[in-house]
Formats: sequence, structure tokens, C-alpha cells
Amino acid sequence: MDKRVALVPGEQTFQARIDAEEKIEPKDWMPEKYRQNLIRQISQHAHSEVIGEQPEGNWITRAPSLERKAILMAKVQDEAGHGLYLYAATETLGITREELIDRLHTGASKYASIFNYPSLTWADIGAIGWLVDSAAIVNQVSLQNTSYGPYARAMVRICKEESFHQRQGYNIMMTLMNGSQVQRDMAQDALDRWWWPSLMMFGPHDGESAHSAQSMKWKIKRRSNDDLRQQFVDQAVQQAEAIGLVVPDPDLQWDDARGHYDFGAIDWEEFERVISGNGPCNRQRLAHHKRAHREGAWVREAMAVHEAKQRLSNEDVA
Amino acid sequence: MKSDDPVTRYALRLGDDALILGHRLSEWMSRAPFLEEDIALGNVALDFIGRARLFYQYAAERVGGGVTEDTFAYTRDVREFTNLLLCELPRGDFAFTLCRQFLYDAFSLPFTEALAGSADSRLAAIGAKAVKESRYHLRRSRDWIVRLGDGTEESHRRCQQALDELWIYTGEMFETDQLIDELVALGVAVDTAELRRCWIETVSETLRAATLTPPTATADVSGGRRGIHTDDLGFLLAELQFMQRAYPGLQW
Repeated sequence: MDKRVALVPGEQTFQARIDAEEKIEPKDWMPEKYRQNLIRQISQHAHSEVIGEQPEGNWITRAPSLERKAILMAKVQDEAGHGLYLYAATETLGITREELIDRLHTGASKYASIFNYPSLTWADIGAIGWLVDSAAIVNQVSLQNTSYGPYARAMVRICKEESFHQRQGYNIMMTLMNGSQVQRDMAQDALDRWWWPSLMMFGPHDGESAHSAQSMKWKIKRRSNDDLRQQFVDQAVQQAEAIGLVVPDPDLQWDDARGHYDFGAIDWEEFERVISGNGPCNRQRLAHHKRAHREGAWVREAMAVHEAKQRLSNEDVA
Repeated sequence: MKSDDPVTRYALRLGDDALILGHRLSEWMSRAPFLEEDIALGNVALDFIGRARLFYQYAAERVGGGVTEDTFAYTRDVREFTNLLLCELPRGDFAFTLCRQFLYDAFSLPFTEALAGSADSRLAAIGAKAVKESRYHLRRSRDWIVRLGDGTEESHRRCQQALDELWIYTGEMFETDQLIDELVALGVAVDTAELRRCWIETVSETLRAATLTPPTATADVSGGRRGIHTDDLGFLLAELQFMQRAYPGLQW
């Protein structure tokens, strides 16, 4: 017999399981705050995948070649698929997708702030794939060991696809840098605009992160924001240099003693402004999602009614 | 990029159908009624873009001289596109998109089956590859027609309206012209006139299951194969070709 069943469920036992690196599964007892914290984090992640379809989807109809078009379509489709696994993982915590979407629409639930920036040129598709997906991978690799089973398993699958996305983004940038002056300028301009928002993706500094300490204790988060951000900077700077791009940070320099790049101060005012709804595209992103959802209401209703009719006629036959 | 070679012209027609329909479907990504449909519509769109590339690549090889699949997609103007009008109509609402898809899929399955038997081995290979996709597409769009037709009052009304609007564009799928006659005689092209019966059967059966009324319109609107399009195609191409027009001659 499983010994755990005999124990009185409680915070202490729960923490002991976490400390022993056991995975928490949907039917296991868990503190309400752990549940709420996970719902917040996983649904935010799911919404990010879904809202992220927009800046990239913008370029599906304008991609510069059929090959690029097909790759971008496959990528955006993957992102939608990630949204789907993550909604499913969130639903194991006792909340419906409809409720999650409602929270997105009311602003109660957030999505990655980076998607509130516009994708103005084709190079932005390169920059998003390279930087945003790189940042996502750095974060998500650490989440493969998160304490909640369904989330950890979703991360394993998602990471595999993200690394393909990252390569396609970098490949776009590389192609641009090997092209004409106009193309190189386009690539540099995209890096200039996406660099700092990418660093902001990791969230506030460790000391100022609202949810960090408890999340680390529960092993929902496995590595700190600053730690992950440093890893991202270290790898992205080298990738930029390899193809002749200049990272837009005058304070950037290699620190021999630390074995890492030092980088300049992040503009947290901008971070706050965008997160609180006043980035360049916050309104459009939400309005786009609400509109699609509203315009699809009659389809979802028709589907439900048709299913009910089918069930009824099957029962008649039985 | 004009060609007088009949097989090239034929491949371009088929490539144009696939590209333009695929493009219209791809407009749905991030706009579908729910997330699963973003993925499914994207999937079907991707199949059609893939199909367009195969036809264009074959045409490019036949033309030679540095012409690629992208030359056809990105540097021809409206009058040189020879897709069916059905494929270029704006996506409309979900009922319109799915009705168009169903009417096309019901044609595309027997068409690709027949193309798989083409005397031209490249066209035959593309046809054979497309048959599997087409079977899946038809199953999917048929299910949607039944669901929407036999769903709520609103979905029934929208579906019927879409069907009525689309009907006059369906005759073009079965039209033949000199090029088709010539290639049918060589065993290269599909004699679409022969597919009509099969198409009508599939459509009638589905509409019955969906409680929808077969439209009675007898007029046909056509012209796509001659480069006479609706106004909508120009705007589609303006978007599709933006990069190649704004920055000509570059690698991306």
C-alpha cells in the first residue's frame, strides 16, 4: 500500500514531497495557494502562446517566400498547440478553459508582455523567433523539472518544438545579415527594438518579484529570474556577434571574474507601463482575441447543440 | 512569367488554386472560433501551400532559366493568375469558409484521385500525395457542414446563406477549354466534366444530412482560368506579394 495515503494531508507532508522531488499530480492534495499560483502561472503561459499567434500571424499573409510562409504557418500552429496543452494542464487544477479565457478578457490574467510590441517588418519575425523563443526556452527548460506533473510534461514537449522555432528565427536573421544593406539594417533595427523587451521577459529582479520566493519553495519555479536572464544574455550576445549584429547596450561587456556578460540597467518603468496595459499594442491584442472569441460564439453554440442532438438520437437508437 | 507549354500552364492553374485557397485559409490563424480550429484551419492551409509549391516547382523546372516557385507566386499580376474564382473569394464568416472548403473538397478528392493516374508522372505523383490530404479535408469540412446545418437556427441560416452565395462559383470547377481538351486527349489532365456526377452525389448527401436546401441557382460565374477575376484577388496579391514588390530580387 502506498504509504502517502495513510498520512494526514497537510502543508508539511506536501512540502516533504516537494523536497523529495516528487511530482504533484492532479488528484493529489495540494495547498490552495499552490493551486492558485499554478493556475496563475500556467494560464499566463497558455495565454502568451495564444496572444503570441498575433504578432507572428501578422506576417503569414506577407511572408517573403513560399518556404518562409510554410515554416511560419507551421510555427504559429505549434504555438496554438502549446496553448492547447497548457490550457489542458491548467484545467487539471479545476478551472475551465472558458473561465480562463474570461480572465484573460477581463485583465485578471496576464500574458507575456512582449507580445504587446508590434511586428513591423519581416526582420521582426526573425527577432521574435530568435530572441523571444530563446528566452522562452531558457525559462521552459528549467520548468521541465517543475513540481506539478502535467506542467512539467507539457514543458518537455514544448521545449522540443521551441528549439526548432528558435533556429528558424536565427536563420531568418542570418539570411538578412548575409543579404543587402537594406536587409542588414532591417535586422539590426529589429534587434534594437526586441532586445530590451526580451530581457524584461524574465520578470523583475529577484528581490522584487512578487511571487518568486514561494514559487521557488514549492519548486513551481526552479531558477531565479536574474539567473535565467543572465543565461539568456550570455548566449544571445554571442549569437548576435556571430552574424554581425550589435546588441543595443553600451554597458555590455564580458566580465572575466564572473564568467558572464555584464549588461546595462533595464528600464523598469517601461516594463511597468507595458504590463499595466499601455504598451504599443495591448489594446489591439486583447481586442483581436475578444473579437475572434465573440465572432466564434455562434459556432461553439452550434457545435454544442449538434452534439446534444446526436447524443439524443443515439440514445433513441439504444 | 508566361509560358506556352500546355503542361506548365496546367500546373500553374493547379498551383494557383492551391496557393490562393491556402492563403485565404491562413488568414484564419488567430481568428478561429476556438483554439483547436486555429490549428485545424492552419493545418489545411499548410497542405494547400505545400501543394502549390509542388505544382510551382514542377512548372519552374519546365520553364528553366532561374525561374523558381516564388517567381510564380510573387511576381505575376492578377491577369496572369488562373485560379478558380471560388478560391479567391474573401473568407467571410466561419460558415462561408467551411462551405467553400466543402464544395471545393468534394471536387478535390475525386480530382486528385484522377490526377494520380495522369500520364505525366510528376503530376501523377503530386496527385497521389494530395489524395490522402484531400480525403481528410473532405471528412473534416463535411462534418462541419452537418454540424452547422443541423446545429442552431443561426448556424443553419448562416450556412444556407453561404451555400447560396457560393453556388454560382461551383460550375467553374467543371468547365473545360482548349487547354484541358488537349491535355485530356494526351491523358495528362483530368477531365473534370466527368467528376461532376460524383461531386453532386457527395454534396447532395451532405446537404441532406445537414438539413440544408440545395441551391437552385443555375447561372455560373467564371473567368479565373482566363485571368478574369473578382476585384478581391488584387488585394490578396497586394498583401501576399508585398515583400517581393517592395524589395525586389533579394533572398529571404
